[in-house]
Amino acid sequence: MKAATLSDYLNQVSLLRLIAVLALVLVVHLPSLPTWEAVLVVAGLGWRLLIALRQWQLPPAWLRTSIAVLSLVGIYASYGRIHGQVPGIALLMIMSVLKLLEMRSRRDVMVTVFLMYFILLTHFLNSQEIWTAGYLLVCASAITALLIDVNHPGEALPLKKILASGSKMVAISLPVTLLFFLLFPRIPGPLWGIPSDAGASLTGMSNEMAPGDISNLIMSDRHAFSVKFFDREPPPRERYWRGPVFDSFDGRAWKSSGISQRVQTPDVELLPPAVRYEIIVEPHRGPWMFALDIPDPATRPDKSFIASEYQLMKGRDVITRELHVLISHPNHILQKELPDLTRRVNLSLPRDFNPRTVALARQLQAEHATPEAIVQATLRMFRQEPFVYTLQPPPLGRNSVDDFLFKTRRGFCEHYSSAFTFLMRAAGIPTRVVTGYQGGERNELGDFFRVTDADAHAWSEVWLEGKGWVRVDPTAAVAPNRIELGLSEAMQDSGELPSFLQRGGLNWIRDNLTTQWDWMNTQWNRWVLAYGPEVQMDLMRRIGIEDWRGMIIALTVSASLILGIIGLLLLRQFTPARNQEVAVRLWAQLQKRLLRAGIAQRPAEGAGSFADRVALETPELGDAVRRAATIYQQLRYLEGATPALQEELARAIKAIRS
Amino acid sequence: MTHAIQPALDALNQIILGKHNQIRLATACLLARGHLLIEDIPGMGKTTLALSLAKVLGLGFQRVQFTSDLLPADIIGVSIYEPQAAGFRFHPGPIFSQLVLADEVNRASPKTQSALLEAMEERQVTAEGETRPLPEPFFVIATQNPANQIGTFPLPESQLDRFLMRISMGYPAAEAEKALLLERERRDLLAEVQPAVSPQQLLELQTQVKAVRVMPALVDYILALVRHTRDHSGLRQGLSPRAALALKRAAQAWALLAGRQGVLPEDVQAVFAAVVNHRLIAASEREGGAPNADDILARVAIP
Repeated sequence: MKAATLSDYLNQVSLLRLIAVLALVLVVHLPSLPTWEAVLVVAGLGWRLLIALRQWQLPPAWLRTSIAVLSLVGIYASYGRIHGQVPGIALLMIMSVLKLLEMRSRRDVMVTVFLMYFILLTHFLNSQEIWTAGYLLVCASAITALLIDVNHPGEALPLKKILASGSKMVAISLPVTLLFFLLFPRIPGPLWGIPSDAGASLTGMSNEMAPGDISNLIMSDRHAFSVKFFDREPPPRERYWRGPVFDSFDGRAWKSSGISQRVQTPDVELLPPAVRYEIIVEPHRGPWMFALDIPDPATRPDKSFIASEYQLMKGRDVITRELHVLISHPNHILQKELPDLTRRVNLSLPRDFNPRTVALARQLQAEHATPEAIVQATLRMFRQEPFVYTLQPPPLGRNSVDDFLFKTRRGFCEHYSSAFTFLMRAAGIPTRVVTGYQGGERNELGDFFRVTDADAHAWSEVWLEGKGWVRVDPTAAVAPNRIELGLSEAMQDSGELPSFLQRGGLNWIRDNLTTQWDWMNTQWNRWVLAYGPEVQMDLMRRIGIEDWRGMIIALTVSASLILGIIGLLLLRQFTPARNQEVAVRLWAQLQKRLLRAGIAQRPAEGAGSFADRVALETPELGDAVRRAATIYQQLRYLEGATPALQEELARAIKAIRS
Repeated sequence: MTHAIQPALDALNQIILGKHNQIRLATACLLARGHLLIEDIPGMGKTTLALSLAKVLGLGFQRVQFTSDLLPADIIGVSIYEPQAAGFRFHPGPIFSQLVLADEVNRASPKTQSALLEAMEERQVTAEGETRPLPEPFFVIATQNPANQIGTFPLPESQLDRFLMRISMGYPAAEAEKALLLERERRDLLAEVQPAVSPQQLLELQTQVKAVRVMPALVDYILALVRHTRDHSGLRQGLSPRAALALKRAAQAWALLAGRQGVLPEDVQAVFAAVVNHRLIAASEREGGAPNADDILARVAIP
């Protein structure tokens, strides 16, 4: 007996479709794979395609095993491990292609198809954007269509037909998907233990600031967060989004001294007006949650805290998108009384750095009586001396502040805030560096602000007697447009901007599309991705569900209902179509009338025979029923339906007095 | 139209007493261009029915008594050498008449039976390489004796299918039998019968049968009946599409006889037993398991 071959289960056309769908499912992962693996995956698909087209032999077992072992080694070499999210996906990809190369039984085909569904899920680990969802739906339809095809013996089904059926099945499953989305209890934090390397590729604010850090950051077009103001929209000069605050300088980089762990949260006097807004923070590396200077501690979200420099923080990195409603007070007095430790930290400078700056500070101290006057004099210096705001500052030496203030005089915000902070400290004024974002681009369509890494900014805060910490932005003195109009306006003519920030040419079309796309994305984030445990609980409470128990009951009941309805709808296909003929409906009325008189028409009894029997058994009804029967016969069997006859039948039936 | 056939029906009813339904079915069968199989014991008036149909409808009539030594040529005809013409001349057999009575068709050998049945189906005869059409209308009434089956060749199921209807005469009612005995001999009566319908009118009526309306609702009913037989465990096989067509055609003829321009479910029910009973094959030899036509009619609801 001839051994069963693949072609017994899967015809050529279906096999080609299977390869195509697998390619569709794998293609999105390709860019994130190491080059050798991407090449191997493509080659494997191509090889299988050639085997199918040229009727070649499948590779022998020893070859497949060697490839598998080598790939394992390769993945270990590339990632340093073979477990975890990223290497796991890489392994899955290579194994799915190898499975294709050893596919000879029906079971292999099924395994491959179901593997595709699984691979599809892994896309969500990398991206949860709108297009991912769309792509997932398309792929799910394609895989389902394939599943239908491979389960159909004999000739391949027409492509259009299986695609239609596949899409239909996916569409039918959507209500259940939606239900599970809404009602399946959301557990705070990752439910299935998203591997610790999730979000490894994220960028964002870092926990130190060295010259060049922020100008690098703005080169990425990463979306940092979106904000929607509820009532009052603060002007640009108030839109400072507070992020990491640095109080320790080592001569090159600004860092956090770590005193925040030891010092209690400072007192703050919040002054009107209050600004209420909704913020959706994108995942990034770091525990900062960004809030408008400065947030009302009463409105801080669960599991967040206010650090001693008044940043809004989370206990761990923000690796999922989060939606919060916050209230901030642009007018405030922060830390009227400065604790000794804080004062000391914010005055400390590394020894033997920047002697010329220290000398300048001494001179300022001698010339001006009050700290305010020193601050103003310094800002005046920035404004009047030939300082240049640029993305491409020249490199600085060991005494970076000296070099900047007296030689190059070209710098980006981090240079200005760093130099300013150093100078103030040298002049005896407690000062610190604050990083975060400034400004944001308004999306007219959705009435929200989109803040990207291009809006990253650094400024300073000086502590003044009686006023507490006061924000001073030296960049504003050099390049007021940066604050009022944003980076792209301020730097438009410099030729230094990354291409996505440049204007002109066809860019207005792009800008327009970008606006719409941003708006859609924000809606998606707002309604889909930000739907976390808090939002879910809130929604559930509004419809009267108090706890998980209620949620699970609601989920079970609604899921059963939906499945029941879908089942009934499917069942209807197999029952004969309901006869909606008017004559039949009217005749049913007659049957009902006569039934009240105890006369029932037998199912196999024609209308005429029935009328004859009625005439025999109940002569007083005979004529009327006969008349109705005659019209009924006319309608159904002799002449066909006409409105006149239908009316006549209705009248004839009404005439029957039972 | 109806009136055209009514005198014929009346005349037939005068000769064959108390058999209104059989006469009507036989006439409907003829109008539907189908052949009729009468199954009954001898002496029940089978021949009389055939003869009177021929007479009343003005058809040329031939009777063939089927015996075991009957040869196909005895029915179809044979070419005989004629010295005067110095050649063979075809002498048409009894099949070349408008109404053929094949008496005791199951007595003849299968070969002869199939010669008859082929002619019935194709309405033409091929003898000695020449195809000769049979007259129009062409109508075969075959009789079968169900009781005395010794030395017979029962018609195979596939050939029974060629008959549109199978009926049996049954004993006459008491009244009718009394009249039969009191009155004149039927045969004498028959000699005096005049055709009530011209061959032209008959052909026209046959054409009209096809024009009788069949609405989708009725087709649904026919299909429901047919499907019921196909799903029935007591039957070896259900009714074929040809049977469904036969049912439709017979019901059309029946409706025409009733003077309707469309077919009612009642028309289908009226012809159902005659059309279907000889086509149903029980799954087992045991009686009782298989439904007969009436069982089926009672079970299937009119849609």
